[in-house]
Amino acid sequence: MARGAELDAAPASTNGSAPMASPKIEIRELTKVYEGATEPVHALERITESVAEGEFVAIVGASGCGKTTLLWGMSGLHPITSGSVVLDGEPITRPVPDRIGMVFQDATLLPWRNLKSNIEFPFEIKKVAPDRNRIAELIEIAGLTGFEDSYPPELSGGMRQRASIVRALAQDPEVLLMDEPFGALDAFTRDEMNLLLLKLWEASKKTVVFVTHSINEAVFLADRIWVLTPRPGRLARVYDVPFSRPRELDLHYDRDFIQLTREIKADVQGGTPEGAGA
Amino acid sequence: MSRSGQLEEIPSYESSPGEGHGAASPVDMSSLASGPGIRSVAEVVAIIGVAVGVFVGLEALLILTEVPAYVFPRPTAVVATLFNDFTTLYLPPLLQTLRSFGLGFLIGSSIGLVLAAVITQRPFVEKIIAPYIIVMVTTPMIALVPFLMLQFGFGMTPRVIAVALASGPMVMINAATGFRRTDSAMIALARSYGASTFQIFRRIRFPLAMPMIVVGYMVGSIFGLLTAVGAEMVGGGMGLGNRLVYFSSLVRIPQFGASLAIVAALGVSLYVLFFLVGKRWASWES
Repeated sequence: MARGAELDAAPASTNGSAPMASPKIEIRELTKVYEGATEPVHALERITESVAEGEFVAIVGASGCGKTTLLWGMSGLHPITSGSVVLDGEPITRPVPDRIGMVFQDATLLPWRNLKSNIEFPFEIKKVAPDRNRIAELIEIAGLTGFEDSYPPELSGGMRQRASIVRALAQDPEVLLMDEPFGALDAFTRDEMNLLLLKLWEASKKTVVFVTHSINEAVFLADRIWVLTPRPGRLARVYDVPFSRPRELDLHYDRDFIQLTREIKADVQGGTPEGAGA
Repeated sequence: MSRSGQLEEIPSYESSPGEGHGAASPVDMSSLASGPGIRSVAEVVAIIGVAVGVFVGLEALLILTEVPAYVFPRPTAVVATLFNDFTTLYLPPLLQTLRSFGLGFLIGSSIGLVLAAVITQRPFVEKIIAPYIIVMVTTPMIALVPFLMLQFGFGMTPRVIAVALASGPMVMINAATGFRRTDSAMIALARSYGASTFQIFRRIRFPLAMPMIVVGYMVGSIFGLLTAVGAEMVGGGMGLGNRLVYFSSLVRIPQFGASLAIVAALGVSLYVLFFLVGKRWASWES
């Protein structure tokens, strides 16, 4: 775990420290303005940051700070007003299904398809033969073996979300964008999912951008944490997370873990009035 | 899909899969598409037992009260004429009714389904068209038959048109309710994998609408059958509706009863057909 050691050595730095490797994703001056009911809403203002190859970045912030908007902007699903998102040197203007996988807030399984058919859904859209070995392997790792023929309503919330992660990973994307994927799960299931996600990530070394409203979860999972402040959505601060990998659930009780969580929390809550300046 | 204009929506997951379900449709008979399934042998025995009981009880009652055959037909007499005269008395009218019903329903339901799929894409067009559809759904289309006969003569054409007019709007109004349920999360999912507008329609919107489409076909087919038989009663052809009028005018009550039984069997078959279709293709909802 060279990366872990590297991060261990680096002190929790403050603003926008550039990652050492060449960036996988570069966000330049990303601005997003919505037509609001009365006046334009500045959802995101001039966000500039980058994500290194194989890095796990978490985006946190108060609700309405533009976390999801930023992620959707990175995915190409929603157009941005100005600035750019660049993946390996190529600007993203539309979804890049071969390279970016999305995991959504609710599992978004299609209720008329069974689990296996849901996982094969992206292959159908792309009109390629499903990689059955890979799917079987992922189903095994995700603990879904034996439920291939079950329909989504018959599965628990955790199983549904695991299936949706398997669906994304089966495409073998280089980048995984996750939009509060575990927000709707109970605390125990959430811990379980976090461990599974780390296991999958450590095995595959994909670049992950993970939006969450749980600072705890962000600190537990990520290499770096971006803190957004709302109205207009700005990148207030970037934290390095120094804890070594593989991480265990006990980390939650570590003094430094709690300290870092507290610090970020203060940032998220305090960032609202002064940080905005609008 | 909704890349139209500068007015982008803030991505949200607020909309549930059931959004708009049964909200605006005046004819939401989704309960028709689901029903209690038969579970055990005891249930089957009970159901058959009651049916036999009704049959025998009615026969016994008619014998005991000495009701004449021209007032009410005995079940045995109806069954007898059905068996003895099926190919001569009943098969030709049945085929004729099936032809005008089948053709009218095929045309009406196809137009209704396509219109529903197209119109729900354009809310403005939908608002303009909706009142006319509601008028068509609520007006009994049999009322048009005399007028249609004036235009198209005594052949099959007026009946086919009447059936199409009766079933089409019914299919459309229910299918439109189905197509109106859009699930933004599912569509975003499909788009994130590069789905085209057509793929989104075929893989997301159509299956999502399927339960309501089946309901539309079920209700539409029964309305269509009603209109087909009614149109035959009003005039033209030698279908089952015409036979009902003919036999009752001659007080051939067992034959009347047999024709009625065939019409009833047709209606039940349609119901069962679409019930099974719903079970196969749209059972995920219940």
